[in-house]
Amino acid sequence: MTATGIGAPVRRKEDQRFVTGQGRYVDDFNRPGQAHAYFLRSPHAHAAIRSIDTGPATIMPGVIAVFTGDDLAAGKIGGLICGWMIHSKDGSPMKAGPHPALAQGKVRYVGDHVAVVIAETLAQAKDAAEAIVVDYDVLPAVVDTAQATKASVQVHDVSPDNTVFNWHLGNKDETEAAFARAKHVTKIDLVNNRLVPNPIEPRAAVGEYDFGTDNYTLYTTSQNPHVARLVLSAFIGVAPEHKLRVIAPDVGGGFGSKIFIYAEETVCVWAAKKVKRPVKWTSDRSEAFLSDAHGRDHVTHAEMATDENGKIIALRVHTTANLGAYLSTFSSSVPTYLYAPLLSGQYDIPAIYCEVDGVYTNTAPVDAYRGAGRPEATFVVERLVEKTARELGQNPAEFRRRNYITQFPHATPVIMTYDTGDYAASLDKALEIADYNNFEQRKQESARRGKLRGIGFSSYIEACGIAPSQAVGSLGAGVGLWESAEVRVNPTGSVEVLTGSHSHGQGHETTFAQLVSDRLGISIDQVSIVHGDTDKVQFGMGTYGSRSGAVGMSAIAKAIDKVIAKGKKVAAHVLEASEGDIEFKDGRFGVAGTDRSMAFGEIALQAYIAHKFSGQDLEPGLKEGAFYDPTNFTFPAGVHICEVEIDPDTGVTKIERWTAVDDFGVIINPMIVEGQVHGGIAQGVGQALLEGAFYDESGQLITASFNDYCMPRAIDLPSFQVGMTVTPCPSNPLGIKGCGEAGAIAAPPAVINAITDALGHEDIAMPATPQAVWRAAQKVRMPMAAE
Amino acid sequence: MTTVSLTVNGQSVTADVDPRTLLVQFLRENLRLTGTHVGCDTSQCGACVVHLNGQAVKSCTTLAVQANASVVTTIEGISQGSELHPMQAAFREHHGLQCGYCTPGMIMSAIDIVNRKGNTLDEQTIRAELEGNLCRCTGYHNIVKAVAAGAQGMAQAPLQQAAE
Repeated sequence: MTATGIGAPVRRKEDQRFVTGQGRYVDDFNRPGQAHAYFLRSPHAHAAIRSIDTGPATIMPGVIAVFTGDDLAAGKIGGLICGWMIHSKDGSPMKAGPHPALAQGKVRYVGDHVAVVIAETLAQAKDAAEAIVVDYDVLPAVVDTAQATKASVQVHDVSPDNTVFNWHLGNKDETEAAFARAKHVTKIDLVNNRLVPNPIEPRAAVGEYDFGTDNYTLYTTSQNPHVARLVLSAFIGVAPEHKLRVIAPDVGGGFGSKIFIYAEETVCVWAAKKVKRPVKWTSDRSEAFLSDAHGRDHVTHAEMATDENGKIIALRVHTTANLGAYLSTFSSSVPTYLYAPLLSGQYDIPAIYCEVDGVYTNTAPVDAYRGAGRPEATFVVERLVEKTARELGQNPAEFRRRNYITQFPHATPVIMTYDTGDYAASLDKALEIADYNNFEQRKQESARRGKLRGIGFSSYIEACGIAPSQAVGSLGAGVGLWESAEVRVNPTGSVEVLTGSHSHGQGHETTFAQLVSDRLGISIDQVSIVHGDTDKVQFGMGTYGSRSGAVGMSAIAKAIDKVIAKGKKVAAHVLEASEGDIEFKDGRFGVAGTDRSMAFGEIALQAYIAHKFSGQDLEPGLKEGAFYDPTNFTFPAGVHICEVEIDPDTGVTKIERWTAVDDFGVIINPMIVEGQVHGGIAQGVGQALLEGAFYDESGQLITASFNDYCMPRAIDLPSFQVGMTVTPCPSNPLGIKGCGEAGAIAAPPAVINAITDALGHEDIAMPATPQAVWRAAQKVRMPMAAE
Repeated sequence: MTTVSLTVNGQSVTADVDPRTLLVQFLRENLRLTGTHVGCDTSQCGACVVHLNGQAVKSCTTLAVQANASVVTTIEGISQGSELHPMQAAFREHHGLQCGYCTPGMIMSAIDIVNRKGNTLDEQTIRAELEGNLCRCTGYHNIVKAVAAGAQGMAQAPLQQAAE
């Protein structure tokens, strides 16, 4: 390992600009002549629009234009799309209702887009929006996930009972047979609470149109600018793909919520041409709560069957997944193919059957949020495993160990083939770091102080490195999920890497440069990472699903291999040797068995000056591109152990210890990987203890600001003990599995397993707020303090 | 319109502003100091923290006119040329940031914490004092480490502290 190569905790290159206030986020861009957009949003969860009178608004000071859904329709602007087709059990396609960028005839959730005002200043646009007169015929709303199909309210005409799909996976007959012969069956009912992703940078967009060149530019807070461009051009029809440049500069966190193509950026690009001015929109936090795609929102009943030896023999799951009022970009994949295939967890379970009913409600669209389906699956499996162990009177760690998969590759009954792993190694290390052997002693000590101490495990697995294109295509994805890279070597030997991945906190400018440094033997200071601009990078699928290491960097590695191969050809001419004798080692091209060699930069110069070879023999230049399509998902896995102490008088749960032992395969930068783990855990703890998006019966979001929606703060969290085990991933050239989502996937069941352990009963839901825990604690007869 | 005159990062500034202009808008839009960020509309997240007469304030809930005749320091004003302020250096060294969006406010709050609480800060003090700043990326683990180290660094760089 070199100081800046693979495995080194290199300090981040991008931090210089971020710590000095020189980061450039979308709202920092102001284009000459820019006007401001403000969206009038529905105050009702469900209403027919009888009429919209924009007249009073258009004469307000500073107003340039007011547009409604009719204007978009007249401009032949298509609706927003869902890019993953799910088929129901009966073979019928999912029922996708229309999703216009600005409402047409009906609004379906509070925050739905009714009209846009474009004005000289944002204040003028806001003032004018208040003057728009909308005549609503308010309709009853359906908001409850579990009751959605039974409601008399119909969200979309295409779905009379609000069902989007009735989907299933696994083997029903084998599962039923296994339950029939089970020695013990454990049942559980779970709600996976609705969350708001809340990256601290709100979404923003600036649309611009150049009448001279007929080119459009969109600055947008996107995790995947090329996908945004593709959708905006091919499906929504805002601009031809080759005429639309999408720039996603520094982006202040995404966590999934910035994958999707939303109404606001669509309207900004379209309106820029209409009003002949650049059009800027920046979400405020209240708008973000209402209109960013939310996450989770599952209601699940699950059962686990075990035999007389305490071996898990079957799992059956029924989930109702709330998809909100419209199908967001990847929403349909989240509770289906990103969920049920993970229900085997780390366990050898011969029979699994899962049914998922996707439903519409009059709530904000629900789509991928950090982990996307995999946290929901892990919550089901790990709560059920814990409860089973308790019912069988077995130690939860040892019950898990007994059921771990130990032979690889392992094909599960839910279409995944795990390539590698060593789950017991992670468990052993976690038990040691958590000082599990002395837990009982700590529990007694807490009891002496009148406190309830509990410990909870989460043996999670996830499927990352998303994903083999053929595989996802067969499952309904509308796109391939490879990644592209281009490695441009300059005549001076410095290198630019153009990547289709996008960094919004992950530190790609550092980790990707480490790979180049490692492979080419040059300093990371000689490497620039270019991303987030469709005019620079030819194409890319973007960053989500912990894919940038396993897929994005694999594409870079492939392109580097091509650069080295070309460099050997150049070196053969320059060093007057046969190509087969040229070796590349430690940043030098040399002739095997001699002391003749040249540095990488010298060969780069030779490639460009082309004095030593003819253009007929060898093309000048040194630039190579690659598309990498993974051969399998990757399977990061690990064990998290949460230890809590509950004050039964106040219901406050304090996390006393957090142990995370993860197997992410090969790690490029351990400092950055640990940071990803910390952040993921924080979001998972937030889900378990603090966060919940709640609508009242009329469909009003009652947790619509940071005053009402409890984000984790520093005081709510402990410092984390993070350890690693490594089984290199065999499915990509770098051995990387991915780390971005692990914490958010692992954490919620660890917390709830710890709380239920402390309480001595299972009756607690997320978020386990002090009030909820206090109520739950009242059911427990406090052990008398030792006297 | 109302005229405001103040000192921002050591430079005198005078401008006519709409009276409802927030300090953060004034900094970002009039002065193009875009390092100060807006992350919410309820004064909860702290991405907008700057120093007003040496004390941390949320510039999203301060009117520009309230800063009249005052001294304002933003994230752009704390380094000495290319040399980072010890707190900036500590955030970088301890990986106290990921997406960078909350970072300017975090650093400005952290410096204020040190100014009020001294250079030796324990974990609980730091966590409690960061109450007004939200980070969605880091889980705060490395921010806490960075603030503790930055506080120590500020003790060793009194000149820089004074310059602020």
